[in-house]
Amino acid sequence: MDRKGTRMKKENIKVPVNRIIPFSAVDGPGNRTAVFLQGCNLDCKYCHNPETRALCIHCGACVGKCPAGALSIVQEPTDTMGAKKSRVVFDPAKCVACDTCIHTCKHDASPRIQWMNADEVLAEIQKQMPFIRGVTVSGGECMLYPEFLTELFAKCKELGLHTLIDSNGMVDFSLYPDLLAVTDGVMLDIKAFREEDHVRVTGSTNETVLQNAAFLAGEDKLYEIRTVVVRELFDPAEVIVSIAEFLRPFTDIGRLRYKLIAFRPFGVREQYQIYESPDASYMQQLRLVALQAGFKDIVII
Amino acid sequence: MRAITMDRVESTRQEILNIITSPTLTHEQKLTNLAGQADSLLEVLDLPEGLEDLLAPVEGKQCICDLFEGHAPMRPRYIVPDYEKFMKEGSKFLQLEAPKDFFEALNHLLIMYKHVPSITNYPVYVGALDKLLEPFIDEVDEATAKKFIKMFLVHVDRTVLDSFSHANLGPEETKAGRIILECEEELEQAVPNITFKYDADVTPDAYAIRAIQTALKSAKPSFANHKMFAGELTEDYVIASCYNGLRYGGGSYTLCRLILGNIAKRAENIKDFKDRVLPYVMDIQARYMDARVRFIVEDSGFFENHFLAKEGFIHREKFTAMYGLVGLAEAVNILMEKEGKNGRYGQDTEADALGVEIMEQIRAFNDNHDAPYCEATGGHYLLHAQVGIAQDVGITPGTRIPIGEEPEELIDHLKHCSLFHKYFPSGTGDIFPVEVTASKNPEYILDIIKGAFRMDLRYLSFHDKNSDVIRVTGYLVKKSELEKFKAGQRVLQNTTHLGTGAAKNGHILERKVR
Repeated sequence: MDRKGTRMKKENIKVPVNRIIPFSAVDGPGNRTAVFLQGCNLDCKYCHNPETRALCIHCGACVGKCPAGALSIVQEPTDTMGAKKSRVVFDPAKCVACDTCIHTCKHDASPRIQWMNADEVLAEIQKQMPFIRGVTVSGGECMLYPEFLTELFAKCKELGLHTLIDSNGMVDFSLYPDLLAVTDGVMLDIKAFREEDHVRVTGSTNETVLQNAAFLAGEDKLYEIRTVVVRELFDPAEVIVSIAEFLRPFTDIGRLRYKLIAFRPFGVREQYQIYESPDASYMQQLRLVALQAGFKDIVII
Repeated sequence: MRAITMDRVESTRQEILNIITSPTLTHEQKLTNLAGQADSLLEVLDLPEGLEDLLAPVEGKQCICDLFEGHAPMRPRYIVPDYEKFMKEGSKFLQLEAPKDFFEALNHLLIMYKHVPSITNYPVYVGALDKLLEPFIDEVDEATAKKFIKMFLVHVDRTVLDSFSHANLGPEETKAGRIILECEEELEQAVPNITFKYDADVTPDAYAIRAIQTALKSAKPSFANHKMFAGELTEDYVIASCYNGLRYGGGSYTLCRLILGNIAKRAENIKDFKDRVLPYVMDIQARYMDARVRFIVEDSGFFENHFLAKEGFIHREKFTAMYGLVGLAEAVNILMEKEGKNGRYGQDTEADALGVEIMEQIRAFNDNHDAPYCEATGGHYLLHAQVGIAQDVGITPGTRIPIGEEPEELIDHLKHCSLFHKYFPSGTGDIFPVEVTASKNPEYILDIIKGAFRMDLRYLSFHDKNSDVIRVTGYLVKKSELEKFKAGQRVLQNTTHLGTGAAKNGHILERKVR
């Protein structure tokens, strides 16, 4: 085996795909196909799609609840000595998208994911050409699958598609120069600035997030940053000002899009539906704070 | 002229009285309807045998519809005057010299609009307003230009009482065009309807975005595939009435439509439909149109005497006529059922393929029919996907997918459109209400338009699902005016009446939101 062989470039790996939205108006510039991968490395209290957080453990709790008969349990042999294990199998043709399985699941997972490789995902994306200008991969947390992203985006680039990553910034981007070379930009969550606030919101520290923000800004790959506004968990105005100060050495923050997203309870796990949704006038106040801090392209959602 | 029965005279007299005493018709609407009753008593056209049976207005059975053109057409259905010539030369009949400045230009146009006839008695084409006004636009400061253009547009909305009236913009960027788009976004009016001729190689993205922002707010402009229309009708084409591609300085003598669903009901199966029933009805509609065209050209005296023709604002040689159809969806579904198959139009490959086969047959028929006085379009009529009328029940416009059966994903809907738009040089189109999130990302709409026109789509309309002005089928109404009319109040524009029928019968308020 030669030296290249020892590095074993990972190709054709399959990743868990939660869903693919053919036309999306809300995942970056223009019309894009949005790909949502399953699995996340944070535990945000306000997560609005908690069913994308974990992988299915095949407990089977959802199977009997499915009103459309789209879920079943099969016994599959394992690698060892003929022992068998249960697997939940999903039939997309029968699914009526009622979400009963997701509401039943106690593990923040979904039985509806499809394991797909880059070529299979690309085939789904190509169906939308020439109506789309680009592709956005989101999650869950798509940076859990950097090899897949590199392969997919390289193929997208050959087709002239614009490529965006939507990430929580918990995986170090500087370790993946090949991926960045085929990525037009990253939409990065900065969920809080102070470390203790970030831990309160997500269960993890934000050292890597901020390191990524600075790195991506310096590489001119930071397409957008965003913060979900929950007043009970941190001081949003302080977060905005701190991010501006932090990023100023690395980029012209006037060119950077800052998306401020008002917390909404839809989809959020029941125990966390306790926060107040900030009203429009408060969000407008935050816009002014962001303007004063030096941001110019501010989007309120 | 053939005699008619006294029974018919008596029932017409009753109709006339109903119109005169109507609480909801305005004075102008009464005049138009009275004229229609008068000409309904005439029998002068040389009608093909078998027509009467196919034309009888029996719900669920009528196979051909002549769209209220009457029994003795005294003018072409759609007239497209050369407004540029008028702006350069003025008009002897109207006692106007060429406009000398911006203000006179606006005033001249408003005068001309009151003298352009059509099936609706209002002009169905009010000009390429950007090109007509651009030569004058720098004579005044922008604020003044905007104020007067806004007054002009309000004047048109309140006096041209019909949203079949159509202005054109683009594909080039102009200052006048931009101001018109800004005004329409602020005004949210139904009249005039506007088409933006879009060509990705000519129209700058930022200008297209400007047009899209106006469209999302006020349901206009719609977007026409400029390259496609120019390729078929030459660069000298316009979009008039709902979305009709016609030659500039010409128009359309007539428009009749095949009601394909009802035609399919008369067939035993697909083979019988293709071999016997459809050819029979197509032939009769073509010969009926021939008779209408001949009367207008040879007997009505219109082209000899109307000042638009005498002064060269229109030319008989630039006219054609529109061979229309509706209800391809129903025809396909009925024929599939007769064959014992489940596939439905818009959802099933085999059903859609049958739709394409039917369209190929209609196109071949039209290409082989020699139409009188249609040298402007190669001696043939132009196919037209008619948008339906308020009275249509269970008849889907043109080749559209029935409301309520649209594919789940917009991409699949667009791909379906791409199978059918190419057949209709004199117009077709699809309408897409969109979510607010799309309104915040107009580039999203632009990407769809760019992709669509590369895929041979012809004509697309978008509006925000929450906007007051909406596109009914081809024309525009204000939802707030529909509510007034439903509450029994008189409303200014005729098309509000039609929109009310279309909301009830055509479910146009229930389109799938994208």
